Amino acid sequence: MKRLLLALSLLFVFIHVEAKEAVPDAADPAIEKRMITLSKNLRCLVCQNESLAASQAELALDLKQEIREMMKKGDSDKEIVAYLVHRYGDFVLYNPPVKSTTLLLWFGPFVFLFAGLIILFVTIQKRRSQIEDTSLSQDEERRAQSLLEHNQ
Amino acid sequence: MKLKFAIPLVLFLILSAFLWKGLRLDPREVPSPLIGKAAPQFTLTDVHDPSKQFSSRDMLGNVWLLNVYASWCESCRDEHPLLVEFSGRRMAPIIGLDYKDKPEDARQWLNQMGNPYELSVSDLDGRVGINYGVYGVPETYVIDKQGIIRDKIIGPVTVKRINEELVPLIKELSQ
Repeated sequence: MKRLLLALSLLFVFIHVEAKEAVPDAADPAIEKRMITLSKNLRCLVCQNESLAASQAELALDLKQEIREMMKKGDSDKEIVAYLVHRYGDFVLYNPPVKSTTLLLWFGPFVFLFAGLIILFVTIQKRRSQIEDTSLSQDEERRAQSLLEHNQ
Repeated sequence: MKLKFAIPLVLFLILSAFLWKGLRLDPREVPSPLIGKAAPQFTLTDVHDPSKQFSSRDMLGNVWLLNVYASWCESCRDEHPLLVEFSGRRMAPIIGLDYKDKPEDARQWLNQMGNPYELSVSDLDGRVGINYGVYGVPETYVIDKQGIIRDKIIGPVTVKRINEELVPLIKELSQ
């Protein structure tokens, strides 16, 4: 029994040590939270389909460490984003800013929507004029009448 | 009436052209915002002689290449012979930035593969790499006499890019 207890307590010590190792190196949970919120909106350049927050690429880890340090220094989120954009370009932003080179990106869909609406409107107008009632001539009236009667 | 039937065909061709172009684009090639801007200053120790320091300021007045490499980087192995060949042409000095690498590994690698670098410095923590916006080693920067970055090649340089991109640019900048 004693042995078992000893083994168990050793196991617990071991688990405890393991758990400690898994804690990220940032001691401040507030900064960690802020860093993760910010880096969720940033793209990892190495694995481009992942956010900086999700990526485990070496560069992403370095950049996250850089962000932590900047936050500790008291830099604002805006300053940190500017720091990254200065080095890697707008590409790191999942939410690109509106500027001359991104106008098409931002407003292109609306142009297409507008063009589609115009096409729709013109088509409807055309259809409407096509199905407009044209009165039958007397001859045609008589033929229609006879056809209807014949059918009965 | 015939014209109307051609519309879908024309649209299809336009779409195909875009898709065809898209196939040939490299999504990994992100345009660097640093082109046309001053190259970030750095002072780092020499890979071969830890007592020696190199500052990027020492290169002012020269057109030079900054090549980011590492002994652990596979595609650096591909471009290395091309760099060795290019350095033999004596067009512009190549400074090597040994990115997140052990200097002894880099030394061994350079001894084995040949050393194209005028000088090679150690970026142990990758901080200089971050300042240069490095995200995929190897990368090569062309820096002019005023210390402005004029071009950046992401990934290994190729014979084509050396001859069609680097050589004309270096000639133009050296005048």
